[in-house]
Amino acid sequence: MPEEFRLILKYADQPGYTPDMECYLRHGGYEALKKALAIQPKTLPDGKTMSGPEQIREDVKVSGLRGRGGAGFSCGLKWSFVDRKSGKPIYLICNADESEPGTFKDRQILHKDPHQMIEGMIISCFANDVKLAYIYIRGEFPEGARILNRALKEAREKNFLGKNILGSGYDLEIHVHRGAGAYICGEETGLIESLEGKRAYPRIKPPYFPAILGLYMCPTIVNNVETLCHVKHVVMMGGAEYAKIGTPNNTGTRIVSVSGQVKKPGYYEVEVGKATMGQLINDFAGGLFEGRKLKAVIPGGSSAKVFKAGEKFKLKKKGPDGKDIEHEVDMLDLPYDFDSLMAAGSMSGSGAIIVMDDSTDIVEALANLSEFYAHESCGQCTPCREGSLWMSKTLHRMTHGQGRKQDADYLLKIADNIPGGRTICAFGEACSWPVQSFVGKFKDEFIAKGEADEAKGEADEAKRAAASSGAGPTAELKIAASPNH
Amino acid sequence: MVFARWFWTVKATGWRCIRSDFYMSFSVPAQLEAELNELVTHYPQKRSASLMFLHAIQEHFGYVSKEAIEWIAGKLELQPINVYELVTFYPMFRQEPAGKFQIKVCRTLSCALGGSHKLHKHFCEKLGLDSHAHGVQTTKDGKYSVEFVECLASCGTAPVMMCNEDFYEGVSNAKADEILGRCK
Ligand SMILES: Cc1cc2nc3c(=O)[nH]c(=O)nc-3n(C[C@H](O)[C@H](O)[C@H](O)COP(=O)(O)O)c2cc1C
Ligand code: SF4
Ligand code: FES
Repeated sequence: MPEEFRLILKYADQPGYTPDMECYLRHGGYEALKKALAIQPKTLPDGKTMSGPEQIREDVKVSGLRGRGGAGFSCGLKWSFVDRKSGKPIYLICNADESEPGTFKDRQILHKDPHQMIEGMIISCFANDVKLAYIYIRGEFPEGARILNRALKEAREKNFLGKNILGSGYDLEIHVHRGAGAYICGEETGLIESLEGKRAYPRIKPPYFPAILGLYMCPTIVNNVETLCHVKHVVMMGGAEYAKIGTPNNTGTRIVSVSGQVKKPGYYEVEVGKATMGQLINDFAGGLFEGRKLKAVIPGGSSAKVFKAGEKFKLKKKGPDGKDIEHEVDMLDLPYDFDSLMAAGSMSGSGAIIVMDDSTDIVEALANLSEFYAHESCGQCTPCREGSLWMSKTLHRMTHGQGRKQDADYLLKIADNIPGGRTICAFGEACSWPVQSFVGKFKDEFIAKGEADEAKGEADEAKRAAASSGAGPTAELKIAASPNH
Repeated sequence: MVFARWFWTVKATGWRCIRSDFYMSFSVPAQLEAELNELVTHYPQKRSASLMFLHAIQEHFGYVSKEAIEWIAGKLELQPINVYELVTFYPMFRQEPAGKFQIKVCRTLSCALGGSHKLHKHFCEKLGLDSHAHGVQTTKDGKYSVEFVECLASCGTAPVMMCNEDFYEGVSNAKADEILGRCK
């Protein structure tokens, strides 16, 4: 079994480790920043010179660092899209909105080791010639916002922030901006609108790619908390060295949040791709409760498509002769990395695994998630606003004894008509993927529930209409309480 | 002070607002106003400060009143609708006072699997509220409100909740009683 590999959370949980400056400095803090600021311009063989910031950007490319916020997009490539010729200021925003259900990794960093993130952020700003940056933190983290403000104040006092940082001539200011309870603020263009003081309505791309027309219509970089922490380590060890951690194209470590029906839910930092889904669930997270069997796993935050226990996938692997060999793997044997989960039709998303055992009613579980999406759609696009609500109302009805056997197909039909370019942002995908995968993979249970309700003969149109109105309580999960609580 | 407010409202919101300003006295303590003035300097455009203003106002007054909306609009050189549309969009802002202690129980999947519905029910039964209601409910004496909220990003320690700004994890019924006992 692979061990935990703690790079980002190296100190966070050590006894006596506190989020203040003195403690961070005692643990080698801000050395990477000093190193970054001291990089000298380099002359290339073709006679051109490469500035310090350019070298850092190159190193981040070499490191293979991929975004930890959801999409897994190459960080170096994202930075290379930034419009540097517009003459407008470039902004950087740290996405600390952590709101994808199942995810609780950024919370650990923000509350326990804020300076690591701030250092990563300052380096990233320096590398991209950013003079003003923001941390967008979700409104439900009031303590996190206070910790960050304190940490930023300490950093200003030490001149890691402010004018002429450590005598380098580089100026930077960072401010904390609080959200107010809307999930859509995690989507980068919604976040930008929110930071401009508006409703968090995502912007349509093209033309509003943040790298070109972002905050105040200026080039903007949005990166996740964990991604920015990694930048510090890339600079500290060098991109090539960093790339040796993890697996090819899936470099570095990743903090995986495991929750749901396991004995030891929690966050586990592992080398990307070195642990399988099964190891994360059964070894790190202690496996299922006694006497229960695995039913379903959501691998990358609630928006990722669910896996059914026992599901098999055909993956391609390079053989000794360099040719692709197809081999079959069980869901639990999938390496937990960006590419394998994508090849298996889902995604590692925000790195959050939600485990459900056989005591869970799958219809109720989906009803719970759909209610989340119906609540959180920003409402700009008709397919998303209406579709997410219809799905939630249908599932509400199904969990209140008023199901019909054709509901499964009805749900699929709605879900199939939301994503695929019909909406402004990826929330359209996020709300339909759970429905498509839950209903697609557990269809018999959805049909059985509808048939059972119809057979009871109680269902009549008036009751059905009442149940679809969404009135009454949210679907209560009738599972036995977890032994832990 | 009064003059300053007059000036702002005239400049930004026109006569209608001046009238309401006249009849309903709404004033922000000097220290809070100084903090807000400082916040504006964080942004190249004033409008950006509106969410932070709303947080500060709600923290101080307990909710965001119509007068507060107009006051913020005046301060940030916006129309009141620009602020009002934020209050109605962002779930954390409210237009009526809530209980002195606001209990927010996470409703989303991992917490639901960990027993958050039982926890919600426990609070409701203890406080004489309807355990089947989903939205915010406040006790008659105005002391407590209870509501379900979405994922609070601590799914590994389900079920979780907040009481005002304090966060609690792994909340058993016994722990819930303890939390209520501390609400003084
Ligand atoms: C509906 C939706 C919600 C999102 N929520 C978050 C979030 O809470 N935190 C986050 O870091 N990224 C979130 N993202 C991804 C961001 O849009 C963006 O891709 C990410 O912050 C980029 O950072 P990275 O490249 O470092 O991963 C969300 C995306 C969508 C479509
Ligand atoms: S897809 Fe949904 S969340 Fe995204 S912009 Fe459209 S309505 Fe809003
Ligand atoms: S589901 Fe409750 S904290 Fe995430």
